[in-house]
Amino acid sequence: MFESLLNWFTAPLQYGFMVKALWVSAFVGVVCAVLSCYITLKGWSLMGDAVSHAVVPGVVVAYALGIPFAVGAFLFGFGATVAIGYVKENTRLKEDAVIGVVFTGFFAFGLVLSTKIPSNIDLFHILFGNVLGISQGDIIQTLIAGLVTLVVILVRRKDLLLFCFDPNQAKAIGLNTQLMYYTLLLVLALSTVTALQTAGIILVIAMLVTPGATAYLLSDRFDLMLAISVATSLLSCILGVYISYHLDVATGACIVVLLTLLFVAAMIFAPKYGLLSQTRSGENIT
Amino acid sequence: MTQTLGITVDNISVTYNNARLALYNASCHVQPGTITGLVGPNGGGKSTLFKSIMGFLEPNQGRVSIDGLPIHKAQKRQLVAYVPQADEVDWNFPVSVWDVVMMGRYGYMNLLRIPSAKDRRLVRESLARVGMTDNSDRQIGELSGGQKKRAFLARALAQEGKVMLLDEPFTGVDVKTEKTIIDLLLQLRDAGHTILISTHDLASISTFCDRVILLNQTILASGKTEDVFTEENLAMTFGGLQGNFLIPHNS
Repeated sequence: MFESLLNWFTAPLQYGFMVKALWVSAFVGVVCAVLSCYITLKGWSLMGDAVSHAVVPGVVVAYALGIPFAVGAFLFGFGATVAIGYVKENTRLKEDAVIGVVFTGFFAFGLVLSTKIPSNIDLFHILFGNVLGISQGDIIQTLIAGLVTLVVILVRRKDLLLFCFDPNQAKAIGLNTQLMYYTLLLVLALSTVTALQTAGIILVIAMLVTPGATAYLLSDRFDLMLAISVATSLLSCILGVYISYHLDVATGACIVVLLTLLFVAAMIFAPKYGLLSQTRSGENIT
Repeated sequence: MTQTLGITVDNISVTYNNARLALYNASCHVQPGTITGLVGPNGGGKSTLFKSIMGFLEPNQGRVSIDGLPIHKAQKRQLVAYVPQADEVDWNFPVSVWDVVMMGRYGYMNLLRIPSAKDRRLVRESLARVGMTDNSDRQIGELSGGQKKRAFLARALAQEGKVMLLDEPFTGVDVKTEKTIIDLLLQLRDAGHTILISTHDLASISTFCDRVILLNQTILASGKTEDVFTEENLAMTFGGLQGNFLIPHNS
């Protein structure tokens, strides 16, 4: 029994692509989990969804021009957030409508480009990720984007937290909130690029929201929230790669299913904010 | 006392996006070393004036200066502390009382915001001054209404700003906390701070405010409490034609 369990974990490691997939996914899981705490607290989930879809034309253009995909993806992802900010400031529309209009526009434009510009991009891989077939060049781009994300968040973590919690106080003590707004958008675009190869465009948003959402239900302290977020994300990413190997299913989807299961467990069983404990305390009151 | 000190509001007008005129041609001066009460009806522009003074919104016209400095420069020098209304705060946010008070010190810290011994001492002292030492580890949502106010007051104290703005500090607090806050404000004034406070609580105004500004879409009167805080002026501010005429119908 124990041996077969051990075998379940060790057998895939004889393949180089599996080892690569495991550590790249784990790395991506950590980067996204850290950012997801800020994204959930700021209420920017929809913005994350927008960025991830908006990178498609960037990827296509990058391949066509022969520059790294990460550069194109980043420019278009970040560009979309700037466009969203501009349209929101200058029209009477609410933010969700603006986001809906802008990101679908970028996404559709990317689809049109991908069918007309001759390239060897597999659209399916962009949309759903392809970490098992990730190339050395893609790994390097993923690493650079992820490390920049981590360093920026690490250095600015207190200010970003204050910006999420109380932007007025940030202004009152003379901090540049405009700069923080764009810093957070910048790392959002970078982490989307990081997760592109693992989860794919459609599911990136799960990596950027679900770990933070799960942790938020389990903790009242930011540091603990961060730790829980990273732990659930790491667990999901590593197990997800294994399960996808053994069951021969899509890796990104497997990871996201696990993340979601952990979220559901937290939602039901969380000691303070779970459904069970709230029902119990509700009974006490009535 | 020169006119460059304190808070100077010079001919401010604010129109919101939905074309609602919130404030027009508002000019006033908050004297240094005083507690000044900002009084007016709901929708009369108190919060708008506060937001203009703090630079949270850009007025369509006019200027604000604090100690003779443009607001953003004054804020960079940590001259201005702000205590927000309770409904402006996300009480579910995973931060403790200690974390919140420490946020008052960020402006003094290096890029990484690593607190020094002095920062920690001032946070401890500020918590003690508002009687919140025992609650410093609690998540902010677990506090009572009065404790929430005192936590944010402690943050303003920790910031050591010479100028302090408090937006409706007595809403939803018990009598004991109101007294604690008033005593603290009087101490701060005696130590030379300039305090601007907006409040509905007309009863307590004359007990601790040195000066009063009456506001309804524009400044109707301002001056020493005994001169300005009269029944006639209050009727004009809250019930007069001038108020009704401009109260928005769309909100």
